[in-house]
Formats: sequence, C-alpha cells, structure tokens
Amino acid sequence: MRKSKALLFEMSRPGRQGYSLPSLDVPEKPLDELLPKKAQRNEPLGLPELSENEIIRHYTELSTRNFGVDTGFYPLGSCTMKYNPKVNEDVAVLPGFAFMHPCQPLETVQGALELLYNMEQGLKELTAMDRFTLQPAAGAHGELTGLMVIQAYHRHRGDHKRNKVLIPLSAHGTNPATVSMAGYEVVQIPSDDRGLVDLEALKEAVDETTAALMLTNPSTLGLFEEEIIPMAKAVHEAGGLLYYDGANLNAIMGYARPGDMGFDVVHLNIHKTFSTPHGGGGPGGGPVGVKERLIPFLPVPLVDKKKNQYYLDYDLPESIGKVHSFYGNFGVAVKAYTYMCMMGAEGLKQASTDAVINANYLMSLLKKTYLLPYDRICKHEFVLSARPQMKKGAGAGDIAKALLDRGFHPPTVYFPLIVEEALMVEPTDTEAKETLDAFAEVMGQIAKDIDQDAEKVAHGPYNTVVGRLDEVRAARNPVMRWEKKVD
Amino acid sequence: MKYNIVDGVKYTRKHEWARREGDTAVVGLSDYAQDKLGEIVFVELPDIGAEIEAGKGSAVIESVKAVADLYAPVDGTVVEVNEELLDQPELINSDPYGDGWVYKVEVKDESQLDALMDKPAYEKFVVEEDEK
Repeated sequence: MRKSKALLFEMSRPGRQGYSLPSLDVPEKPLDELLPKKAQRNEPLGLPELSENEIIRHYTELSTRNFGVDTGFYPLGSCTMKYNPKVNEDVAVLPGFAFMHPCQPLETVQGALELLYNMEQGLKELTAMDRFTLQPAAGAHGELTGLMVIQAYHRHRGDHKRNKVLIPLSAHGTNPATVSMAGYEVVQIPSDDRGLVDLEALKEAVDETTAALMLTNPSTLGLFEEEIIPMAKAVHEAGGLLYYDGANLNAIMGYARPGDMGFDVVHLNIHKTFSTPHGGGGPGGGPVGVKERLIPFLPVPLVDKKKNQYYLDYDLPESIGKVHSFYGNFGVAVKAYTYMCMMGAEGLKQASTDAVINANYLMSLLKKTYLLPYDRICKHEFVLSARPQMKKGAGAGDIAKALLDRGFHPPTVYFPLIVEEALMVEPTDTEAKETLDAFAEVMGQIAKDIDQDAEKVAHGPYNTVVGRLDEVRAARNPVMRWEKKVD
Repeated sequence: MKYNIVDGVKYTRKHEWARREGDTAVVGLSDYAQDKLGEIVFVELPDIGAEIEAGKGSAVIESVKAVADLYAPVDGTVVEVNEELLDQPELINSDPYGDGWVYKVEVKDESQLDALMDKPAYEKFVVEEDEK
C-alpha cells in the first residue's frame, strides 16, 4: 500500500492536468472589460496540478487511515464511542425528513413534529422529567442551556445571591467550563476514599449562595453515587437545584431515573446513549429536560399538540430564548428516535445491562495486570492506573501508543485527574466477548513488554503511518497550514 | 528522594512553593508538581495588580497531559510576573525553583506564609502522596 505523507501541493507538477475545460460557448472578452484592475489577481492562484488518479489515490489512501467504531474496538472512556446502527441512517435520509425545509408551513410537516413530540415523551419517561427541549446541539451546549434555565429560575424568584455551582472533583471537564461560561463561580467538592462525592464536604459547602450542584451519576470513575438521595436533600434544603450531566445515562437507562433521584434539570448526550454519530464538531444533540417548576424558562419553541395537530409553542414569556437556529439538529433527533423505537423499552434496558456487564468483565480481566484504584463493581466504564508501569518507565500515554501499534483505539488517558496515569476504559454495550478478550490479551502483552523493555514501549508506536509525534513541539509551535516555499 | 525539594522555600499541599523576598513572596511549582504534569506547553499568568486569594486558582499551567490551576499559596497582590514563561514555559520543567518562577506577590498576612510546609514536612508529604 502506498503510504505517502506528501501533500497535494508537494505532489504537484507544473502543467499536469486532471480535467480539460471545454471551449467557451459564449463570446470571449478581454478580462479588463469584465473586471476592474484592482479585482484581478496579479499572480496565478497556485492550485496543485495533478492528474485525476493521483488525487483519487491520495484521498482514498487518507480515508484508509481513519479509525472508527466501524473499523475496530474503540474503548474511549467518558466519550462513549457506541456503535451507530445503520438503520438510523436509512431513516434519517428518507426524503420526507432529508428534504424538508425548516420554514415549511406546519401542516406540511406534521410527521416531523410528531417525531419530535414522541421523542420528548420517550426521554421524559426514561429520565422522570416533565418537559424537554431538543434544541441544544451537544452535551456542553445542553449544560449551558440547563444552567441558564437554573439562573432564570433563581432570578425570577428575586433570589440574586446564588452565584456558586458545586462540582465534584471527578466531574467532566466541561462542567466547570460551563459554570464559568454561565457567570457562576465553581466550588469543588472532594471525593472520599471510595471515589464518591464526600457527602460531609458537600453538606458543608451548600449555603444560600448555592445555585446548583452539577453531578454525573454514575461518575467519571464509572461508580454509582449511592448517596444521591441525601445529597439531593442537602442541596434542596439550602434552596439550590440539582443538575444531572447525562453523559453516563447509558449505564442506568431503564433501571434508575435522574428525576427520581431528585434532579431538577438533566441533559442527555444522544450520541452516547442513543447511538447517533459522535459529533466531532459536526451535528450532535444535547436535549435538556426539566421538572415542572422550570418549564417556563425553557428555550422556545416547544413542540405541542392541540386537537390532534402538532404545533410550535412560542408562548413562554419567561423563556431564556432560543439556543439554536430553528429546532436543533433535526436529523440527529431522527436517528436517536429510530434507535429508541428499534430497541423498545426492554431493549434500552438491555443496552444498559450489556454496557455494565461488558465493563465489569473487561475490568476483571485487566485488573490482573493494571492497578485498579477503586476496586468495586463498576457501571459502564472503569479507570485503571498505569502508575506501576510508569515507575518502570512507560505510562498511560505510552500504553496508548502501543495499542495503536496493535490495531486498537486506546482508551482515554490522563482523565479523570483524580487518578494518576489514568486509563479510562468504556467497552460499550455492543462489543462481543471475543473482542474484549482480545483487547485484554493485548493489554496484558503491553504490560509484559514494559516489564522487559519499558524504554522500547516509551518510544512507540512502530507500525503506524507516523511514529511517535512530538506533542510538545506541536503544542508550542503548531504549523497549521501549508505555505509555499519562496525560492 | 526522586524529587528535588529545596530549602529556603515553603510548600503547599497543592505543590506550589513560595519564597519570602522582603514584603513579597515569589511563587512557583515544586519539582514534584512539574514532574507529575510532564512537559509544560503553556502558562497563563495573572495580571499585575490582581488580587489573589490563598487556595484559589491564580495562574494556569498546561502540559501535554493536563491543564492545572496554580493555587495561590497566600492572599495578596501580584506585583510581578515571569514573562519569560510565555515564550519558554519549559523553564518550569528545567528549573522549577529558579528561572521557572511564576509570579511575585505582595503578602498580606505573613502568618499564612509561616503556616506552609517547610522542607522536611513537604518531603514527608510527597512520600505519602507517592505511596497512596
């Protein structure tokens, strides 16, 4: 296979062409008559000159370097690279959905509104919330929307002294970022030695300045916060609200509901729990659900039904306004709704079961060779520490590179921060036992390699298109675009 | 001891150090902290004149592994920052107690500085952290 690293510009040869333009079928005029001098280019555009097959080979070869869940195991903890069933795509490209215009009269898009309405009913049932907005474009966007709703609620009550949001140490990195973005101050709550939120520390931290507690349950350690009921009580008694970061709902869906635990606001990452493609900067979805008393503050419009007709309700005078153009990323909602319908209630519960069983099975295999700092039954993910390996000379980052060498996508490394040399593994619900066994075997082999020759592992990978990249130089001195060398 | 823990500075439990210089204290990251963070690629310095509060974030240190807050060891006003770090953040890795200093703060309450750990206490603390 051709493994060229050359850019199209570097492959360019003067005069080579991939396309012949037909002769003009209109009378040719001098350029000066068509464009004023100042609008004309002084030098050629400098596009690369190549033949068609060179271009095709270049891009086809690049496409083979992609690694996705369609090509292999992708156990990226916290990010949940869940398999995307292809039926989701089939439904999303149905002409009635794909070619719809957002400004069409409502009576011509009843089916689309019905889908949004039904999806909201499904999400309400799964989370025990009273209403949802499907507008936010991703999880972090959902977080900001949720906090803005909380802010609007407190302000509406004339309560202006609540300027702090409590976040456990094990939280997702987006949580503190969202809090700052919303204009609140972050108060960190430490973890206890079980890796759970320290309830006593939380009780001490809540007061009349607490706007909310933001919590992921299960946490980023893959552990269920067992004391959620007393935690919710402490926050509510102080007048604060509970925000549920739904990133890890895929571990408890069908078993437990955030609304029953006392949460007032939730966001869901539908790429994580409902099998839509991971955004990666593209369209995603982060629906936000709230309890009754917060409904008036949700973004407009909400989809509602009157006399069997679906319509868009803009009549929310206390609304925080719109958070996305039109109605959010509709195509993503179609995919998530398809998944919910294909799975059914029992199927969704089964997905949680499988995610948890897979994670516990893999954890039991890997804790033989790696340190497991919080050795308890986990939910959908678990966090190992490569600290013993690091002492020998190769750490979590080096293990990640060694996995690339053997055809696996590495787990998340160096997160969460409360575990040193963290390797955060999430196998997801759809992987077969054989895949998990193969991954564990390779991880075991890498640990052996480190025992024998850590130095070698610390300089990998060796079989990938490019070897060890200089991450420090890339961060300090990034070269973001090709520039023509001037002779 | 794997880490260089020097005399003449005081240490926090978050691995910052502070060295008294008249009415001010010079602040930086300990050798242990720079080792755990790995190669540092970016430093966000406080503004001169900024009021900092003990235990609160006062500068941001970004390495290839993580982004970490540098927590202020004492209350005070920032009077000088190490601008060399903007171009050469790696000075924190190569010389954490010298050229890798981060900022200088006018100390409000001397007793806060006195309450920090000295070399033997910090050595003991680091050994415990490392064995955890």
